[in-house]
Amino acid sequence: MNLISKDRLDKMPSMEKLRMILDNVKEGRIVVLETGLTPEEEAKLIELTMLEIDHENFIGIEVETYPIKQRSLLSKIFGKKKGRLTVIGPANRLKTLEKREDVIKALVQFQ
Amino acid sequence: MGLILALKKKFGFIFRLFFRKDKVRIGIYGPPNAGKTTLANRILRDWTGDIIGPPSDIPHETRRARLREGVKLEVDGKTLKIDIVDTPGLATKIDFHDFLCYGLSEEEAKRRAKEATEGVIEAIKWLDDLDGVLLVMDSTEDPFTQVNITIVGNIEARKLPLLIVANKIDLPNAYPSRIKSAFPQHQVVAISALKGINIESLYKAMAEKFG
Repeated sequence: MNLISKDRLDKMPSMEKLRMILDNVKEGRIVVLETGLTPEEEAKLIELTMLEIDHENFIGIEVETYPIKQRSLLSKIFGKKKGRLTVIGPANRLKTLEKREDVIKALVQFQ
Repeated sequence: MGLILALKKKFGFIFRLFFRKDKVRIGIYGPPNAGKTTLANRILRDWTGDIIGPPSDIPHETRRARLREGVKLEVDGKTLKIDIVDTPGLATKIDFHDFLCYGLSEEEAKRRAKEATEGVIEAIKWLDDLDGVLLVMDSTEDPFTQVNITIVGNIEARKLPLLIVANKIDLPNAYPSRIKSAFPQHQVVAISALKGINIESLYKAMAEKFG
């Protein structure tokens, strides 16, 4: 399992971040991001995942995160949306059991 | 090119406020099997007498986005002219084994899975060319899925008008209230696209939201 800090994530350009996540997940690791991804990064991650599904070894990802909190008017206008704590893993090892606004229950299968 | 796209995403809503189009392009989004094609067919059947494509119980039946232009809705004396884009279901994983239990051969299942991955990418690309979104959710399912969260987040980031459609309310285990409490910042209309239940409320909401 890899836990990536906010500081490290803030320094990484989007594509580098997504590549790092996908490479780790494809190697069977669970990646925990302290601040998560922006909605645009999440969509890009899904796109990249779809390109890399090979229908044999890699069938996709499972993402566990909370909905983004409502923001103030100023941050809505000038700020960029930031995600919250996010767990990403290979779909055949990470499974969502229950997801609510403030609680996520997931099952991690160890090899 | 990237800068223009970023500016369009960030400030497109300002232009939409001042320069109203005579026709708006509405994307129908959602996870697989939420009833997107059934809804597109319902809208088209009600207003043009036609359909957009065959619905199916097998997930990822729609693997290419389908566009129908110039559909005219008339609600309370107001006319709304829309282009409808029925998009493939969004997913973070696609396993061909899931299709085998529907009686597909391994070869067919693998082909469907490959086309489905391409469909997901196409659906995401379409988000940059829309004026509004109908996000279809299955009222019998948990709404807090990653797909729903990602779609809502992307629509909000693009500042596109959004209507959430809580579909399948004809089923006994449907709880549209769960969808309303999961996404309280957005208008939710509970319908059954299959049976046409409450469909007039959806048309009224569409005229108000997208018109």
